[in-house]
Amino acid sequence: MERIDTEVAIIGGGIVGGSAALFLRRLGVPVVLLEAALCGAKASGVNYGGVRRQGRGIEQLPLARRAHELWGQLPALIGIDGEYVRSGHLKLATSDADLALLEAYRDNTRGFGMDLEILDRRALAQRFGWLGESVVGGSFCPQDGHANPRLVSPAFGRAAAALGADVREGVRVTSATHDGTRFIVRAGDTLEVRSRYLLNCAGAWAGRFAEGFGEPVPETSIHPLMMVTEPLPLFMNVSLGMQGGGIYARQVARGNCVIGGGRGVSADPDYARPGRANLGALMANAVKLLPVLRGAQVIRFWTGVEGNMPDHNPVLGPSATVPGLFHAFGLSGAGFQIGPAVGEILADLVVHGRSSIPIDAFRIERYAPAAHGAAARPDRLREQTLESP
Amino acid sequence: MSIVMPVIVGAGPAGIRAAQTLAAQGLRPVILDEGLRPGGQIYRQPPPGFSRPKSALYGFEHRKADAVHRTMQELQGNVEYRPGCLVWNAEGKTLDVLRDGVSTAVPYTHLILATGATDRVLPFPGWLTPGVYTLGGSQVALKHQGCAVGSRVAFLGTGPLLYLVAYQYAKAGAQVVAVLDTSRFADRVAALPGMLRAPALLAKGLYYMAWLRAHGVPLRSGARPVAVQGGDRVTGLSYTQNGRTHTLDCDAVGFGLSLRSETQLASLIGCDFEFNERDRNWIPRRDAAGRSSVAGVYVAGDGAGIAGADAAELAGERAALALLEDTGHPHDARRARILDSQLAANSRVRAALERAFPFPEDWASSIADDTVVCRCEEVTAGTIRQAARDNGVQEMNRLKALTRVGMGRCQGRMCGVAGAEVLAHAVGCAPQAVGRLRNQPPVKPIPVSVVCLERPAKKAA
Repeated sequence: MERIDTEVAIIGGGIVGGSAALFLRRLGVPVVLLEAALCGAKASGVNYGGVRRQGRGIEQLPLARRAHELWGQLPALIGIDGEYVRSGHLKLATSDADLALLEAYRDNTRGFGMDLEILDRRALAQRFGWLGESVVGGSFCPQDGHANPRLVSPAFGRAAAALGADVREGVRVTSATHDGTRFIVRAGDTLEVRSRYLLNCAGAWAGRFAEGFGEPVPETSIHPLMMVTEPLPLFMNVSLGMQGGGIYARQVARGNCVIGGGRGVSADPDYARPGRANLGALMANAVKLLPVLRGAQVIRFWTGVEGNMPDHNPVLGPSATVPGLFHAFGLSGAGFQIGPAVGEILADLVVHGRSSIPIDAFRIERYAPAAHGAAARPDRLREQTLESP
Repeated sequence: MSIVMPVIVGAGPAGIRAAQTLAAQGLRPVILDEGLRPGGQIYRQPPPGFSRPKSALYGFEHRKADAVHRTMQELQGNVEYRPGCLVWNAEGKTLDVLRDGVSTAVPYTHLILATGATDRVLPFPGWLTPGVYTLGGSQVALKHQGCAVGSRVAFLGTGPLLYLVAYQYAKAGAQVVAVLDTSRFADRVAALPGMLRAPALLAKGLYYMAWLRAHGVPLRSGARPVAVQGGDRVTGLSYTQNGRTHTLDCDAVGFGLSLRSETQLASLIGCDFEFNERDRNWIPRRDAAGRSSVAGVYVAGDGAGIAGADAAELAGERAALALLEDTGHPHDARRARILDSQLAANSRVRAALERAFPFPEDWASSIADDTVVCRCEEVTAGTIRQAARDNGVQEMNRLKALTRVGMGRCQGRMCGVAGAEVLAHAVGCAPQAVGRLRNQPPVKPIPVSVVCLERPAKKAA
């Protein structure tokens, strides 16, 4: 068995684990990152690719604001532009009640720099004439956008490795324990990593590690359903979402329209597939929202396996049971944008013992048995579904 | 006995013989055919009203073609034949079937996948020039519509189909400027002992070659394409033979290096796959009778590994016998044993054919960096090599994620094999070591505006 001794061990090479490794290396901290498959190949790499702050609950906005700054430095961080564009994000309402919710959201989130602009039906028709007739208004966030997750997420792990992180792909962690002084992370009988700190960034698979340290959480998996059309002439110059969820869409520079909505099905704990049930509804909704798609062809449906928490907020912060253990998982279908900031916060927690960004709302203790009542408190502003990451 | 609702996908030789075998025991299979008339690619029928005789369309094979077509005619009333159907998704004993813009759910208890094959495409410089067709595509144009892909056509590649198509073109009146075989004469000599197991096949091959030679068509062995010339249209083809470069004047090129199984449905259903060394491709794991790893799902014909039309007829019947056996119907065990031995004999011939027309092992190393491998996404060989070199890509799905190979309209059906060969060469491993592209629905592009019905629409009165 190979044995490595290091400062920080990270379980999971998604955008969270990869960026944590990157920021730790920028601070000179020794890191070993263990990824069961390939870095950025699971939810981080197959998600819709929305990079938006708009629509997030207020407790996520400080995090999203910092992430927005980091996205602005993407090439300096990971060496590629990742097809990131600040196209603007347009969140649509199909009823006056939904439009009122968008207005309330704008009023409640002032001060976070989103510059939300409410557009009525006529303004929408003027600026986005290609929208279907079912929309009555929308909220436009000019600096939100989208990027290519297939390129961005693996690049974080690669950038970390380039700065000296020991990134191990195809290494499935089979046990993670603490012996009182060090963490002991094993991958079968081939590898043992001992470390002072442990970051649980295992996405949909993180709950089992938390439970192993005496912190069970009600993490579930979700499988957002997505599809992509053949390349079409460019028409959609913003990323679209819908108040209340249901459908979201963007068009990439190559012309393909990426459209999501509804759920795929779980094939096994590690893999999900589009299934049959929701494909027809997704296509019908897409044509309704974007009538210009009539006549276009769908070339692929897909989905992924994303960790989801009941309140749709991540678990982010120190363990309540084991000093030196930090959790960052359950980003609930909306982790791509905040991912880099979550990684940076993890690095801060390790190096400085604190985060300058408020993360109290994401404490794992909210799922401790006595705290369940508090966690269930509904947030009026939160999306009903988190399908427009 | 519980209700058996068998569905057959594909109405080529395998699908038709399977249907016949099931119908003989009183089952009434649904046959979903992407074509508009039964026959598959090999015995493809022209549209109604075309009058070229079968002897002209199918040559030596016209009696087999006629027998297969006739079988379908005789099955009318005993099977449910649905032409023009694209089976675009499969999950949980249900197929999604697109026909005339409407998608219908078709349930099954047992499924025989007889999905056939396409040409195996190995790109070379200029292959995207208008006027360059696959061998199969060239043949389909002739069989289906009576069209030639050009008036001065060069054929390039290897395999029995190369000479057959060249012969058919010449017979149909096109000028065949040359047949360029990537295999060497020595390969075919070495394969002779094995080919003697199939004297009729060998005789036909030798006949085509002799006929072409007698009609002044240059036959070149050990050839390698250099580049297609022409911008808007093919004007020529340069190639090397024995270290010398030659240029042909032609207005079309038909090229192909053997065939590639169509396996997406088996993959969506969750069948286990294995790498077949002879096909250099991933095919559904199956037993000798055609049972896949998924209970109630059978694979037959070229979609279950390349074996040709004769074997497809045998395999279709064999898979249907297995289905009958598995569902408690009377089945002819003696007939099954005969089919098993015929299929085994056919497999030995197939091995000899592969010896005669081997895969050009040097292809992946020789193709220039700027040659497009994935035409939908315009990904070059150089991009694939760079991904392997700079990003440590060693696996096909990661290659797809980082470079877009296989991410376009064809979803890897056309470019997957070539992409795997280039990646494997760049990594320095065998093609199976780079894995297999995961399949997602739809099997082929479908319109966004498709109407999806869970149940078939009631027929209008």
